[in-house]
Amino acid sequence: MMAAEKKRIRKLTIAKAMSEAIDQAMTSNPDVFVMGEDVGKLGGVFGTTTGLFDKYGPDRVRDTPISETGFIGAAAGAAVMGMRPVVELMFIDFFGVCMDVIYNFAAKNSYFSGGRQAVPMVLMTSAGGGYSDGGQHSQCLYTTFAHLPGLKVVMPSNAYDAKGMMTAAINDDNPVIFIFHKSLQGMGWLGTAKGAIVDVPETVYEVPLGKANISREGSDITVVGFGNTVHHALDAARDLALEGISAEVVDLRSLAPLDRETVLASVRKTGRLLAVDDDHLSYGWTGEVIASVAEAGIALKCPARRIAYPDVPVPFARPMEQFLLPNAEKVKAAVLSLMNSVVSV
Amino acid sequence: MSRKPDIQTMLWMYKHMVLSRRYEEALAEAYLEGKQPLFNMANGPLPGEMHLSNGQEPCAVGVCAHLLDHDVVTATHRPHHIAIAKGVNLRAMTAEIFGKQTGLAGGRGGHMHLIDPAVNFACTGIVGEGLAPAAGAALARKMRGEDGIAVAFIGEGAANQGAFHETLNLAAVWNLPFVCVIEDNSYGISVPKGAATSVLHNDVRAASYGIRGYHVEGNDPLRIYEVAGEAIERARAGKGPSLIEIETYRLAGHFMGDAESYRPAGEKDALFARDPIPKFRQELVDAGAASSDDLLWIEEDAKSCVAELIDFAKAEAYAPVQEALEKVFV
Ligand SMILES: Cc1ncc(C[n+]2csc(CCOP(=O)(O)OP(=O)(O)O)c2C)c(N)n1
Ligand SMILES: [Mg+2]
Repeated sequence: MMAAEKKRIRKLTIAKAMSEAIDQAMTSNPDVFVMGEDVGKLGGVFGTTTGLFDKYGPDRVRDTPISETGFIGAAAGAAVMGMRPVVELMFIDFFGVCMDVIYNFAAKNSYFSGGRQAVPMVLMTSAGGGYSDGGQHSQCLYTTFAHLPGLKVVMPSNAYDAKGMMTAAINDDNPVIFIFHKSLQGMGWLGTAKGAIVDVPETVYEVPLGKANISREGSDITVVGFGNTVHHALDAARDLALEGISAEVVDLRSLAPLDRETVLASVRKTGRLLAVDDDHLSYGWTGEVIASVAEAGIALKCPARRIAYPDVPVPFARPMEQFLLPNAEKVKAAVLSLMNSVVSV
Repeated sequence: MSRKPDIQTMLWMYKHMVLSRRYEEALAEAYLEGKQPLFNMANGPLPGEMHLSNGQEPCAVGVCAHLLDHDVVTATHRPHHIAIAKGVNLRAMTAEIFGKQTGLAGGRGGHMHLIDPAVNFACTGIVGEGLAPAAGAALARKMRGEDGIAVAFIGEGAANQGAFHETLNLAAVWNLPFVCVIEDNSYGISVPKGAATSVLHNDVRAASYGIRGYHVEGNDPLRIYEVAGEAIERARAGKGPSLIEIETYRLAGHFMGDAESYRPAGEKDALFARDPIPKFRQELVDAGAASSDDLLWIEEDAKSCVAELIDFAKAEAYAPVQEALEKVFV
């Protein structure tokens, strides 16, 4: 059986991998259920619940009113009672209408109950721009959540991780913000980074939350990415290899908890650091990663650098948005300039 | 108190309904450029989401026929028909929808973020967001003793947001010159109203806040005009806020590219058979308000106006990309 399974390549999109993980969890655990806008017959605007309505019916796959305060709060309340809701906030940009229950209730309930009352919910939500959807449908906002104690904040860069991380998120006894990036999701109408669509086992498995991944090994520089920027880093690394530069790419996979160890180990090896984020620059995770390296006292061969989305809203016009977004060329240019610079003494 | 529109107003309403429809049709055509045969939302001269208002024109003209420039309107992710009826600068609006430098926001906003301070129009992509700011605008008018009321347009789906209930209560408690207009097109994306809303008609919710509630059937511009007229007159006279729910329908998908698989078979055909524009046209002719030739002239005029707008917007330049970094603060 193992041999047969090994041979069978099954490339899935992140959307399919997410719905498969939820499906398998719903099959094995009657406490798992799904709520959100258009998650029923439509299968989720971003394909996260495809096929679940037909299989499990409207009781366990609930189309909600456009009442995020209500249904996300209800997910948290049901989770307190021992259910394991997977609830969708269609775009991360919409958190403004429902944040209280996320960060003041779900995130703090364990603490306020002395660790005696869990909130085992998953909030899945889409993020990212690049397709000109304007400034209320293109934001990333990851670190807004990662700043708040009590929430796990994760995002897969490929379908294998998506399935394993979703399974882990559902099994986790804490609230997990499971972000998926629209540029990686695999919806035909959005265009998808090819590297996000990978072989996914049919079996149930977990990818542990809070564990970064070395997506590509290298020795000259560490490039840290999260979600879509992992692909920018990988594309750049492929190019740089042709120019004799060996870049190591670290996929954070999780902002909270942040796997500092993996980043530090990589930077100790390479002595150079570039962090790439498509969320706003200031107070973003790139600063956190660089601070961690600084605090660890690692001597760098050149100053650390970051590329992130500037501190402005996302403009609609395509040329302006593309100008602001990180991409592989910007990563490559930054690496080349870092390789040519040294720390001044 | 309610009264019928005079002939001039009826022709204004018809003209703006036709203009709005031709406008949406032209946008739909431009939207599909670069997206065929493979539909990728990021491509073409109009990338991103596009929510068209085909079928909902009566709501826009029936309400906005009563409004002046100083009256404030907030609209939604489906804003074009309302913007057109409110008198938004159409060259600047079209340039904005195409992301150009001469657009209302220099291309920073796009079709869900059209703001024209000259006529006090704004819209938003967040469901329910426009409600409280509209009440705040009404509050400002009232505190300063200025003329002008505020109207918040929302979809029926937005009436289940907390902001809806909070805003109506606030507007009632403070007796604000505020009208909430619900365009009930039966769906919030794929979810039918009945599956999401605890009452059949949202106007009954007005009772919870002690304000006037009105329900308008039939997507009928004349009925909408009468009811909106009464609510707006009351607001102007300091008699407090109202809630109007209008039964309308969208003849398009939720957004361009929507397969509309959630609609029961035959629903779309039935809706097209009730298209409000030919229906209103016939009523105008039957009532002797205009001859078919007069209306033809309005229709031709709308067509050429829209063609000119699209040509203009396409030919305009994008702003230099560095301008993306400007205007975060005034
Ligand atoms: C707070 C918020 N939640 C969800 C969405 C996603 N969304 C955009 S339009 C829409 C449906 C809105 O339905 P309705 O209010 O009836 O307006 P319609 O689209 O029918 O004009 C939804 C759910 C959003 N934009 N904002
Ligand atoms: Mg609706």
